[in-house]
Amino acid sequence: MSPPLLQVNDLKKHFPVRAGLFGPRSERVYAVDGVSFEIERGETLSLVGESGCGKSTVGRAILRLFDVTAGQVILDGQRIDDASPSALRQMRRRVQVVFQDPFSSLNPRMRVRDILAEPIRNFGLAKSAADLDARVASLMDTVRLPREALNRRPHEFSGGQRQRIGIARALAAEPELIVCDEAVSALDVSVKAQIVNLLQDLQREFGLALLFISHDLAIVEHMTHRVAVMYLGKIVELAPKQEIFAAPSHPYTQALLSAVPLPEPGAARSPIILRGDVPSPINPPSGCRFHTRCPFAFDRCRIEEPQLRATGSDQWVACHLDEPPQGWRP
Amino acid sequence: MTDTIATTQPLPAGLVIAPQLPELLQPVRIRRGIIGFLRGHPTVAIGGALLIVLILIGIFAPYLGTVDPTALAPAKRTRAPSADFWFGTDVLGRDIYSRVLYGARVSLTVGLSVAIFASAAGLAIGVVSGFVRWADGILMRFMDGLMAIPPILLAIALMALTRGSVGNVILAITIAEIPRVSRLVRSVVLSLREQPYVDAAVACGTRTPMIILRHILPNTLAPMLVQATYICASAMITEAILSFIGAGTPPTVPSWGNIMAEGRALWQVKPYIVFFPAAFLSVTVLAVNLLGDGLRDALDPRMAKRL
Amino acid sequence: MALLEVENLQTHFRTPGGINRAVDGVSFHVNEGETLAIVGESGCGKSVTSMSLMRLIPEPPGRIAGAIRFAGRDLLQLPDREMRAIRGNDISMIFQEPMTSLNPVLTVGRQIRETLMMHQGLDKQAAEVRAIEMLTLVGIPEPKRRVREYPHQLSGGMRQRVMIAIALACNPKLLIADEPTTALDVTIQAQILKLMLDLKRRVGAAIILITHDLGVVAEIAERVMVMYAGRKVEEASVAELFRAPRHPYTQGLLGAVPRLGSSLSGASKRLAEIPGQVPDLRKPITGCVFAGRCPLVTDLCRQYAPGLEEKGPRHIAACHYAAKGAVAA
Repeated sequence: MSPPLLQVNDLKKHFPVRAGLFGPRSERVYAVDGVSFEIERGETLSLVGESGCGKSTVGRAILRLFDVTAGQVILDGQRIDDASPSALRQMRRRVQVVFQDPFSSLNPRMRVRDILAEPIRNFGLAKSAADLDARVASLMDTVRLPREALNRRPHEFSGGQRQRIGIARALAAEPELIVCDEAVSALDVSVKAQIVNLLQDLQREFGLALLFISHDLAIVEHMTHRVAVMYLGKIVELAPKQEIFAAPSHPYTQALLSAVPLPEPGAARSPIILRGDVPSPINPPSGCRFHTRCPFAFDRCRIEEPQLRATGSDQWVACHLDEPPQGWRP
Repeated sequence: MTDTIATTQPLPAGLVIAPQLPELLQPVRIRRGIIGFLRGHPTVAIGGALLIVLILIGIFAPYLGTVDPTALAPAKRTRAPSADFWFGTDVLGRDIYSRVLYGARVSLTVGLSVAIFASAAGLAIGVVSGFVRWADGILMRFMDGLMAIPPILLAIALMALTRGSVGNVILAITIAEIPRVSRLVRSVVLSLREQPYVDAAVACGTRTPMIILRHILPNTLAPMLVQATYICASAMITEAILSFIGAGTPPTVPSWGNIMAEGRALWQVKPYIVFFPAAFLSVTVLAVNLLGDGLRDALDPRMAKRL
Repeated sequence: MALLEVENLQTHFRTPGGINRAVDGVSFHVNEGETLAIVGESGCGKSVTSMSLMRLIPEPPGRIAGAIRFAGRDLLQLPDREMRAIRGNDISMIFQEPMTSLNPVLTVGRQIRETLMMHQGLDKQAAEVRAIEMLTLVGIPEPKRRVREYPHQLSGGMRQRVMIAIALACNPKLLIADEPTTALDVTIQAQILKLMLDLKRRVGAAIILITHDLGVVAEIAERVMVMYAGRKVEEASVAELFRAPRHPYTQGLLGAVPRLGSSLSGASKRLAEIPGQVPDLRKPITGCVFAGRCPLVTDLCRQYAPGLEEKGPRHIAACHYAAKGAVAA
């Protein structure tokens, strides 16, 4: 059996912070603290969670925009996290990214043609100048933008169109995996639907795997095959979409799902209102990191950290409760 | 309005049409191109025009009714401004009008050269310290050290080590100005590195030199240009100060600082010797600063707050 | 009589690219104690509408016309001094980003106190007591300690609670909430929405809720008005609008939002998209503003801008073709 496209093993990323103006660099932000998952070819895995849970840091670690503190990122059997510069370049082609902000993710001084040509040139994908032009033009068709727009600069486009350019740039490298870091979060409702549909079409057409990082649970449910729920740098639940959305097991997943306001007036909703705020990732709580807000926390949760354990064929939960709490049902 | 439509074309029965609303604002004709830009940014227009006039004066000094600015005429010492000597003559009988016009050459050469050299050096140092982590600490501590010394004192010290010449003045002031530019470039580079498009370029396999060339440098040019105008203005003042205290351009070269230094002793009785070079210096610095402020507002309205 | 009546509100701006008709002929009313939601996408004019109500539009480059009658007085005719007395007192506002709307160098207690001392003429002691009362009301634990803290010491959710406390301190008759939960995480959003629902019952202020999130609308509003390209295109009660939207834009908007749990029931796999882009408001638009993206468009629409007409019980929409009378869901 071939290895999965991407394997992430016990990934950790800690950022040093200065305590005070002249303080020593002793404190650390535990942004990602032991995260493991796999992505198969052509599959969409979503990372969901609230701001500061470390989901974007995982995405950046996979792109190797920085060196990880510990753990492994393995693409198709080869490690990305300690790859040499030349090996890394070859792997970069296979993993691309689409960012959240369609305004700052494109260099304002470059023409669309040059933005799209950059990865093609970098990876030597075009055989000739004519081939390069043909590839750039066909990318515009793929993301449904007019070819005439190639000579324009990013500020001449609307948010949705810029996001299409960002997607075209990611596709230019002919990747196998695209990290979508809140790729549709900044877009308006009607444009968001256009981009979501486009991403789904492209996934089918090119057999792409997607790591879909988002806080928008409704979009995630629409897009994804499997979901990993993160809280304070750790995965608390990892399961296929059906299990997560029909029968969430972790109290945090339940709270998260129950908190989403539904566009149905008078819907019988009983949101689980969590107490307080997310604790600081500089001093994460002992034991289970969710125990300070969990309605079901008991003594063991405060001391012992729960490990991810299988509760179904492909469902993993990090919780000490034997049975999922019955407090809330979708 | 609806009535006029109805007369030309019968409306379908029962059609509800939105009421016509008045226009609240009259559109203004927007001029495009250079004229439009200058109209929108009058400070750029005024500062630029003044500066161009001064540069032309410097270039065409020999043809503007001047005589040899170094020609001594002991018989015609300290004459007041008159039809023959528009700005009067100094203690050695030299024509101040000619000396002031030729002096524009020195000031503008020093100002523009320092702006260009300090920007180039600052850009290089700033980019290196923005990208090379180990070099950053060393370079920035060194710059901090230089910044601890007032630029004018640093320039005086450097001039003390060398022979007075326009070239050495440029070099000394450039060195004194570099720390400020490299600090600015470094901060701009660091904020640009955080931009998602730079991350995207890294993910696209772009090598670091190309990232700097294609994604970082073009986006530092706007703040650099503004900073360069301020450096130009401050370099002209520093040059005048150096020359005034005798540590700048040699006395044989007419510069505004030199002329003022020579008139210093007679300030109370012959104020015009100091007045004319001082007025030219003020107008030039004002022109450059106006240009800089205008460019700052025009290139990036948000930067107005940062600088 | 309605608490607030807005008639033909127009807010235009002079921009380098031409005259931006950000709001062009919007009329609506808010009854006492009622919650009206204004929904639309970015650039539809919903925030400009709310800023115009408070007269917070700089003139120039802006210009406001029409009438804004609040408790019988036209706010657009008031002198600045009287308008200042209304702002923060009879009408108050909460913004999307609580960090930038709080002053970072003043304690939260002082910021609440100042509003009270300025508008209600309370002395310092009375204002302090009231400030602690307000923090308790918005569910901030240990209010006696929190009044002495600075905004940066509070989390995002806490700051939004403080903003609400300041907004409610003077018992306003009307509260304008501009995307109050958009910057917050979903579990914190749930807390704030619950707080707003509780306060609605206890305080009794009318609320204008400005949002792009249809879920939030369904949660707390009673009536909705949908804006598109600076115009009002539809208005109805929340239940009616979600049950039977009449305007093609509203229908598109509702179809474009995936619903949590929809994949479990095996609903359709593809989101309904509204093709195209929002029109450029700097160019005059003849005919219907939605004509460029509408599936029902005809020449009639391109020529004649539809007026708002009654399409159902207390349900109006601006469309030549939207069905009239009862519509089954």
